[in-house]
Amino acid sequence: MNQTKLLRIEDLVLHFNTAKGPVQAVDGVHFELDSNRAVVVLGESGCGKSSLAKAILRLLPRNAGTFSGHIYLEGKDIMELSEEEFRQNIRWASISMVPQAAMNSLNPVMRVGDQVAEPAIIHLGVDKAGAISLVKKMFQHVGVPEDFISRYPFELSGGMRQRVAIAMSLVTSPNLIILDEPTSALDVLTQANIFNVLKRLKKELGISFILITHDIATSSELADDVAVMYAGQIVEVSDAHRFFDKPLHPYSQKLMASVPRLHGGQEPEFITGRPPSLITPPKGCRFADRCPSRFEKCSQEPPVVEVEGRKVKCWLYTS
Amino acid sequence: MNTKNSNAQSKSDLLVVKNLKKYFPVRSGVMQKVTNHVKAVDDVSFTVKQGETLGMVGESGCGKTTIGRAILRLVEPTAGEVTFEGKDVVKMTDRELKPLRRDMQIIFQDPYASLNPRMPIGESVMEGLHIHKIGTPQERWEMAINMLKKVGLEEYHARRYPHEFSGGQRQRIGIARALALKPKFIVCDEPVSALDVSIQSQVLNILKDLQAEFGLTYLFIAHNLSVVEHISDRVAVMYLGKMVELTDRDSLYKEPLHPYTQALLSAIPVSHPSEKRSRTILKGDVPSPLNPPTGCRFHTRCPIAIEKCSQEEPEFREVRTGHYVACWLAE
Repeated sequence: MNQTKLLRIEDLVLHFNTAKGPVQAVDGVHFELDSNRAVVVLGESGCGKSSLAKAILRLLPRNAGTFSGHIYLEGKDIMELSEEEFRQNIRWASISMVPQAAMNSLNPVMRVGDQVAEPAIIHLGVDKAGAISLVKKMFQHVGVPEDFISRYPFELSGGMRQRVAIAMSLVTSPNLIILDEPTSALDVLTQANIFNVLKRLKKELGISFILITHDIATSSELADDVAVMYAGQIVEVSDAHRFFDKPLHPYSQKLMASVPRLHGGQEPEFITGRPPSLITPPKGCRFADRCPSRFEKCSQEPPVVEVEGRKVKCWLYTS
Repeated sequence: MNTKNSNAQSKSDLLVVKNLKKYFPVRSGVMQKVTNHVKAVDDVSFTVKQGETLGMVGESGCGKTTIGRAILRLVEPTAGEVTFEGKDVVKMTDRELKPLRRDMQIIFQDPYASLNPRMPIGESVMEGLHIHKIGTPQERWEMAINMLKKVGLEEYHARRYPHEFSGGQRQRIGIARALALKPKFIVCDEPVSALDVSIQSQVLNILKDLQAEFGLTYLFIAHNLSVVEHISDRVAVMYLGKMVELTDRDSLYKEPLHPYTQALLSAIPVSHPSEKRSRTILKGDVPSPLNPPTGCRFHTRCPIAIEKCSQEEPEFREVRTGHYVACWLAE
């Protein structure tokens, strides 16, 4: 148990200042990740999943307000690093990211090979030729033909551009890659191909992934662990197998029941109401308003309860 | 669902689409000469029966949205016939088309872009009534509120603006607007794909309830095969501007005959990591609709293609009763 975790996040808080008051996008998040594991962060739009990714990489927008807590990367608190140290040693060197809509995040007037080479030249200090040979290796890993190096993004399909973005996140051999909705703009066949690439990378290179998504079915392909986020907080952390069998938190249960299943037979459900405002979140449990099993205690902040190695933030599981 | 399915089979055709084509010209050069055509929809024929939901699936760019729009003449078809209740929609003048627009409506994909941000939603819903000069302003307002109530909204919502609503609520407003004119046929163009999964089924349930109440007929366009399975009576599969398979829902999901449908179905992620199964993952991308492959358009990616497939285009034929497939190898 004393083994150092690859990533440990403690009480991470990220608020954004707006005219109406601070938006509590990430509000007291705890979680851990071992090396060579993939954790899926699930949640509805606006629950703070993308903000969590940005907070880990310290990619803060101008209106960021409170930003506090601890992020331990291999035991070292990276929140204490200066911006310059963070840029040199952490961002892209140890943790890289495939941003949301990565297929549209490529520079349209730069050849894709040069774009993928850029982080290698900056962070690894290799020369252009060395970087290009690295790029070729990365392209092989993600299944992009080598001769695409001299092409421009518009000459590539969405799926290929997504692979290029993944290659770019790989080129500095980081320990951890954060993928923000990597396949949500892609067709089902392309999605399946990308997930096969990710599975292979995890097996062959031992990389860990944080996969941020609202697509529950697709995420089950890669997940070792699942963290469910609701209104800026993580409400459940579990190993994927038991989570997909039987989620613990009432929100997770409702979320799982709303996934339409093929050959399912049973009708998918839906969650009434909508997530609370993150400017004035309700006191106590933030899901209480929409929860079918709500009782008196839910007006107080629920504790995180450990149930057979799984963690759930809910009063129902306190003895 | 099953009894409903068999009912739909015996009903008459509300909409008949014959050899529908929509080519978009590609212009280039200084003179902007038409140099080529994107064959978005290329010779597609099908029928939609009274009271049924016909699901239409396919990857992005396969032409499913263009079909929906061409049927409503929101884009002008290049060729073909669209017969709605015995009248050819394609040949109609704009004046003749106007009364028909009451009967044929559309629900758009993006509920964030389809409502006028500067109009209270009650007015958006009654706009169609105003255009078709139905009732007095007071009556129109009441009808609009009635419709909003049908989709689970309240009277006080009618004076609010779109930005005050969540995505799911906006999509329900879009449904109310499509329904205000009491149409017979609605094209639902990806109505839930922009919504969180937690509210998708709420919108799907509303669509189903309204169908039962008003006897509506839907063309339900989507790329999510699980969603289509839940709502459709029959399902059509599109590939690169062509329809490759059309049959009732149960046959399509249990016994798909076209190799493309088989690949699509096997690519659907399972929602439990322990459900492992063999998957046919297609290599490569959809070819460009500018220069579609000769013969069967799918042959470049087909795992079972034979020589004939690259030379001759397979006919869209009825292999079993009510089960149409465009594949040389299907029997």
